[in-house]
Amino acid sequence: MNDLLRLEKVSVGYRPIDSEPVLLVNEADLALGPGETLGLVGESGCGKSTLLLSVMGYFKPGLERLSGRVLFEGQDLEQISRDGLQQLRGGAMALIPQNAGQALTPTLKIAVQMFEALRLHSDVPAVHWQRKSIELFERVQLPAPEALLERYPHELSGGQQQRVAIAMALAGAPKLLLLDEPTTGLDVTTQAQVLELLTEIGRTTQTAMVFVSHDIGVIAKTCQKIAVMYAGEIIEAGTQETVMKRPGHPYTQALLASVPRLGQALMPDTMQGRLLEPLNAHKDSCAFEARCLFAEPICRSQKPAMIDTQGHCVKCSQQASITPFQLPDFQSNEAAGSLAPDQGIVLELRDLALTYQSTGLIHRWLHGAPERVVADVSLELRQGQTLGLVGESGSGKSSILRTLAGLQPGLSGAATFLGQHDLLVPVGQRDPEVLRKIQLVFQNPDASLNPRQTIRQIIERPLRLYFQYSAAQCFSEARDLMDSVQLPYDYLGRFPGQLSGGERQRVAIARALAAKPDLLLCDEITSALDVSVQASMMQLLKMLRTQRQLTVLFVSHDLPVVGALADHVIILRHGRICEAGATGEIFEQPTHPYTRELLDAVLPHS
Amino acid sequence: MLRLITFRFLFAFVTLWVVSLVVFIAVELLPGDACEAFLGQMAQGQRLDNCRVEHRLNEPAYVRYIAWAQGLAQGDLGKSIKRSKPLESVIGPRFRNTLILGLTAAALGIPLAIFLGVLAALWRDKKADLFISSAAIFFMTIPEFITGTLLISFFSVYLGWLPGIVIMRVDAPIIEVFGQIGLPVLTLMLVMVAHIMRMVRSSMIDVLASDFVMMSELKGLSKTRQVLRHALPNALLPAINLIALNIAWLMGGVLVVEVVFNYPGIGRLSVNAIADRDFPLVQALALLMASIYVGLNLMADIATLLLNPKLRTRQGAAQ
Amino acid sequence: MTRHSLLMALLRSPSGRIGLGLVLFHCGLALVAPLIVPYDFNAQSEVLDAMGPSLQHWAGLDTLGRDVLTRTFLGGRQALLVTVFGTIIAITWGSFLGMVAGLKGGRVDEWIMRTVDTFLAIPFMIFLLLIIASFGNEPMVMILTLGFFYGIGVVRLARAATLDEVVKDYVQSARARGERTLTIVVKEILPNVRDVLLVESAMRWSWMLLAFSALSFLGFGVTPPTPDWGLMIANARIYMSLAPWPVLAPMIALSSLIIGINLVADALAKALGLDRTQARVL
Repeated sequence: MNDLLRLEKVSVGYRPIDSEPVLLVNEADLALGPGETLGLVGESGCGKSTLLLSVMGYFKPGLERLSGRVLFEGQDLEQISRDGLQQLRGGAMALIPQNAGQALTPTLKIAVQMFEALRLHSDVPAVHWQRKSIELFERVQLPAPEALLERYPHELSGGQQQRVAIAMALAGAPKLLLLDEPTTGLDVTTQAQVLELLTEIGRTTQTAMVFVSHDIGVIAKTCQKIAVMYAGEIIEAGTQETVMKRPGHPYTQALLASVPRLGQALMPDTMQGRLLEPLNAHKDSCAFEARCLFAEPICRSQKPAMIDTQGHCVKCSQQASITPFQLPDFQSNEAAGSLAPDQGIVLELRDLALTYQSTGLIHRWLHGAPERVVADVSLELRQGQTLGLVGESGSGKSSILRTLAGLQPGLSGAATFLGQHDLLVPVGQRDPEVLRKIQLVFQNPDASLNPRQTIRQIIERPLRLYFQYSAAQCFSEARDLMDSVQLPYDYLGRFPGQLSGGERQRVAIARALAAKPDLLLCDEITSALDVSVQASMMQLLKMLRTQRQLTVLFVSHDLPVVGALADHVIILRHGRICEAGATGEIFEQPTHPYTRELLDAVLPHS
Repeated sequence: MLRLITFRFLFAFVTLWVVSLVVFIAVELLPGDACEAFLGQMAQGQRLDNCRVEHRLNEPAYVRYIAWAQGLAQGDLGKSIKRSKPLESVIGPRFRNTLILGLTAAALGIPLAIFLGVLAALWRDKKADLFISSAAIFFMTIPEFITGTLLISFFSVYLGWLPGIVIMRVDAPIIEVFGQIGLPVLTLMLVMVAHIMRMVRSSMIDVLASDFVMMSELKGLSKTRQVLRHALPNALLPAINLIALNIAWLMGGVLVVEVVFNYPGIGRLSVNAIADRDFPLVQALALLMASIYVGLNLMADIATLLLNPKLRTRQGAAQ
Repeated sequence: MTRHSLLMALLRSPSGRIGLGLVLFHCGLALVAPLIVPYDFNAQSEVLDAMGPSLQHWAGLDTLGRDVLTRTFLGGRQALLVTVFGTIIAITWGSFLGMVAGLKGGRVDEWIMRTVDTFLAIPFMIFLLLIIASFGNEPMVMILTLGFFYGIGVVRLARAATLDEVVKDYVQSARARGERTLTIVVKEILPNVRDVLLVESAMRWSWMLLAFSALSFLGFGVTPPTPDWGLMIANARIYMSLAPWPVLAPMIALSSLIIGINLVADALAKALGLDRTQARVL
């Protein structure tokens, strides 16, 4: 047995006082040879991070290993003493955490934290710690390594923090690197650089890696082997090529199909419903059965076994009978793009400049005048058009939306609605009709719905406010709206906490539609959702737009998502427009280098 | 950074100025003037007139406020009506006594509270934590005059170990003061330790659940180093301000404790001053206590600024 | 959490049960005490001196020969009256102002908070004593004064809790709809900061009770011969080694009420999941 790492039927979970244990990871098997790279992919809450931490013998407070064992170099972690374990952690096996900004201790200088790692896990004598740290920083391509040692974590950019975390993990010359979503939260450019660095480290040092991510594109680029997790179980495992090209499990197929790709006008709605909770519910059935298009009675009554075909393991009893999923062919956005150009202008921006929200006098005196986040933005949006505003975090795209919605004041320039209304004035000074005609849908439905109101109260509020409907009118209108966003009526009595993320976002859309708006502002409305839910949300939006003749301003950081919806695209960077044009043109012939960079980061159309 | 500190100082002075105004106006608004209030039944005729002349009460209020404020700026607090003495000589030695009492309780109590808070957080929901936390609830809820009375009857009357009621001259030498303050310090400490311990505990629990403490475990560090170097400083930073607020808030308790133990400090002095209707003295004492509050907060703010690298180096990061 | 399930959660923890029991017992006692006490609170027995417990006087007599049990049963009424209404006033004005400050932000917020910070610097114990010394200790005076001073801290707390909510998009959504400030405060924010305020009310109540009992211990809270725990302790404590009952009985009564309130506050905070953020604001 020459496996570096071996997991045998590892289950992790917690034991409530008065009931059976609840599983977050259910009998996971994994094996990894020296120098191999394995990608662990799955949507949020599938247990992938919990599984990764259990490899280090670590369980978050309240969780415990319920069964199975973890072998590192043939040694059972359970059998090792605490001292032995602490010797391994950060030494032979090192973690690169999800968010390095939070994983570095804020009150200690980088030097102190680097030296700790060297003291514990290397033979370098104390006098050379400084030199060794600088070497490691150079290894991870950090600029000005000497000065960096004297800094505190918060003085570094996100990318630098991540590189420091990588250098710290390398200090013990690990045989196994564990990476927990190491690039999530970084912007596209930095993400690409960090991934490149990690791949290069894996190649040159022959370090084995377990790479956890929700982004199958990232995994496909970096790993030789892929394991797919769903609801606490590994449901498919194999080489990168097999899993990406010939996915065996219906979930993997659906997942691959819902990943937005460039130039793909429609994302298939491949998964119905949502995860069952708690995960124990499918103890004696297939984990994916409830959402599976190919489910048979046997899937409901029996847990499928993992079937190994030449190293390609799939946990599905119907594998032989299912037809491989066909990705829809490339379609352009012609239907929407062919709108007559002589439609009336709904929204017009001229040289718009914005700052962050204005504050009190004392605040201004202490922290200086607020800086400019958006400058020289001009655009035109006609009736029935959809305009995509693309940029990374900090590009000012959300500030523009918030200003148009009247939530923050504009600085200079002009924003005109329907040719006559000034949109640089805050909500308090706006005409009620203007307030009604512009509706904003927020990024995160967890936060945009009041947790203490029922869905009915939430949807009826605009109806009462803008139309002064009677209770009966409100109720019938609310039911119509639930129909439009494809939610059952009995949800009206529920609270947002009782709905899934995708369902909540549908409620938020229904609330916006209740006002019968002319202009719908969408602020990253799919980015808080899992890919599988995102696909169906996009479909809904497309349908509603056609049905209701909506004019949409759609903001996102995700190019393919915008590409699937928008007729025109504007690319923002640091608050300025760097490219604008029809969707197809921009995607096929980008002129700005930044646009090309963004496009390169996207998973290609297969 | 420099701006922030300047602002804190500025705000502290503005606060004190406003407080002095509020105190002055409040006393003006009370029925009767200071001399009438003090003299009570005898407030008539020559006696009242003399008193009013002596304390300049026949002048308009704003003139007196300006005179009072000018005096304050020069360290002249005014004159006690009852004792016909400059207030500095009345307040000075008693203020010293209160300082000795408060500082001793803080010097012993704060480290103990931090220690217990960390222990309770590390053993969260275990027996030791439940014991410490319950004891804390008990001591922070029982009024000081009850704990004080019970401590006297146990340590002084029953065991005879410590002096119960403080019997000393106002300006007794420090050594003598220390010989007397065992029980008052203990009474103050019990409340203070309970409050601060609870804050440290919950702040520590937050920090122990943070990513960087998990990372320090997964880096292979020993438990001791995780707690002392990585967790504790981050738990104490947000607690500094709360501790200062709390100590200031507990000053109300000092008042009661000094009465219980008959301790000659500014707390008992203020109760007596109010009972005597000696308004100039009350004004001076109120302002003094406000300054203690403001001073403590100022110190805490500046300490936080200096100890928190995020605040300290904001300027550096921007450049 | 609905009212019903909150009560259930409160009753599930032992400390919640004990606390609620103590609080309800004291409130009930305060209401019915005049009907059930065996003696007139001011009647002196022929002994005219302190006496230990006996069959006629279960908790003995105080140094003036008055029945201690009667006086203890009656001794919490004034305190409860003043602190219950004082707490209601403090929470009401404090939370309203705090929510407005948090929601409005900018200059409104700056002005309100600077004023609050300044008022926090005023040594309120001295002010309380001064006001009582000048206006007397009528319940109304005490309620208004305590209600004012204890509301100042509530402003800070309510503002902090509101700021946590204001950044959430449901408030922004209401603003973008064009809702009035009052509607946002009452319909959107209040239901979400209600839990914090509920726990805070319990805490404030116990602190106010501490302050009231301290006042009456100092001789400012009630006018003799009205029975009151603080005053009873103050008068009898010098004789404690000779006659412990007149001191111990009011001590037990007062402590059990305050501990009860604190246990309820703690259990509430745990049931509502707020126990970890308690330390954030004083």
